[in-house]
Amino acid sequence: MIVNELSKHFGTVTAVDAVSFRIEAPQMVGVIGPSGAGKSTMLRMINRLTEASQGSIRVNGRDILHLKGKEKRRWQRDCAMIFQQFNLVPRLDVVTNVLLGRLNGHSTLKSLFSIFGKSLVEEALAALDRLGIADQALQRAETLSGGQQQRVAIARALMQKPKMVLADEPIASLDPLSAEKVMTSLREIRTRDKLTVICNLHTLDTARTYCDRIIGMHKGRIVFDAAPAKLTPDVVRDIYGADHALDESVTSTSIGERSAGADPVASDVKMAS
Amino acid sequence: MTADTIQLEIIAMEKRRKLYSTIGILLMIAVLASGYGLASSMNSGSFLNGLEKFFDYPGEIVREAWEAGSGFFALVLQFLPALIETLNIAGAATLVGGAAAVVLAFLGSSNLGVKPPVIISVVRRIMDSMRAFPELIIALFLIFILGSSPVPAMIAVAFHTAGALGKLFSEVNENADAAPIEGLESCGANWLQRMRYGVLPQVLPNFLSYFMLRFEINVRASAILGFVGAGGIGTELRRTIGWGRGAGDETAALFFLLILSIFAIDQLSSFMRQRLVSGKAGS
Repeated sequence: MIVNELSKHFGTVTAVDAVSFRIEAPQMVGVIGPSGAGKSTMLRMINRLTEASQGSIRVNGRDILHLKGKEKRRWQRDCAMIFQQFNLVPRLDVVTNVLLGRLNGHSTLKSLFSIFGKSLVEEALAALDRLGIADQALQRAETLSGGQQQRVAIARALMQKPKMVLADEPIASLDPLSAEKVMTSLREIRTRDKLTVICNLHTLDTARTYCDRIIGMHKGRIVFDAAPAKLTPDVVRDIYGADHALDESVTSTSIGERSAGADPVASDVKMAS
Repeated sequence: MTADTIQLEIIAMEKRRKLYSTIGILLMIAVLASGYGLASSMNSGSFLNGLEKFFDYPGEIVREAWEAGSGFFALVLQFLPALIETLNIAGAATLVGGAAAVVLAFLGSSNLGVKPPVIISVVRRIMDSMRAFPELIIALFLIFILGSSPVPAMIAVAFHTAGALGKLFSEVNENADAAPIEGLESCGANWLQRMRYGVLPQVLPNFLSYFMLRFEINVRASAILGFVGAGGIGTELRRTIGWGRGAGDETAALFFLLILSIFAIDQLSSFMRQRLVSGKAGS
């Protein structure tokens, strides 16, 4: 995926300002930056929920910003999106919510009468099982806790059989334990399904712990793009525009102290070798 | 702005608000008073004198019904087919009009991404015009063309229902949470699929309440249309009320049936809504 000079203007305000980066091999990218830096807008432009003002996003040679109608919706299915507020259908049961990930590619007439054959239901249950919430399959989505709802959303994303997963502040409204489960599931999409995951994050230590690469945004521009190890306190200060060093432990949501063995990135490397 | 100036601003705002409510209340009183004055100047007798006689007719109906004794229930049974015909007209009209209203409502809601947006205002104007014609006028017009039968009444009531329910439904749609719709859009669902799964589950309970309320209104509307020859309970009512004295027991039996059916519809409505809101998931 090659993002080139991608911009978004809202009236006179420039939310995303000529952003360029490329992702060659599957990796987990964390996007950090203060609120209003354009992180969400960027993800929404990739998924085509928000139309870009300028620039291009090339995936396998074609500019996905110019797709229309059926092809655009097919692209949306290919790049699954996970939201801060889960964006499930609260009054439908969990398994139906997961099945909705496959609406694209399902005939409109059939789907209007909710006829999703047996094999799709099995697939949905397998996705729920993978995220450890198969027991809740028949409950209404609205009765689940936030962490469970976010895992349903991830199951729906998996159901899309995506080629890439975008996550917009997936853990911003979750408690630490749920956040850890959600981040581990996202990390697993990277390692097990070998997909690129782009994840907007608020907490720096989460970005460091789970991501292979970190992009820092400030006022719509990319000001940092490198491995987590290069994210020094000086860089962090620049990204957030703070005039003093930020103490990460104050905003940290991790449980206990991180050790090398529990570090998901480190253990993935071990598994891969 | 300092705290002092903010405080002054708040006090001024409070004063303005009080002034507006006072003006509003005065306006309402003025409208009521002038309306009453106009009415009593145009009527032959004064309103207050009429009020004394107001309860004479209902009193007479009740007395005659009481005198009929057990014969009253025989009358109720006798008029049952007429009630069923009226309920039929109302039911068919509500179903047909309600179905049209759902289509109109989705096309006329501003928050559902209808493209091109001009459709929204066109559909809204269509719904406005559908509500503008009184059922009675449409029914008279259709009876003139199609002859006296329940069909013109059904069409007339359905026409008005589509406009009225369409407006209410679209207002319900506009209060729907956008997050589920966006979630489905991000999966690549098309417009119909987003409406079916993103909006419909959210709005269905409210649609149902409005639908049942409309059914209730339509029972009454269909009864009125009987007066112009559409059949059903209205035709019977016109006969018994037209006769004046002597048919009070029959009139009472007819009212009894009407009230009973409204009770039944109301109970059914709460029951169905209850099931939909708290019952099993899915839709």
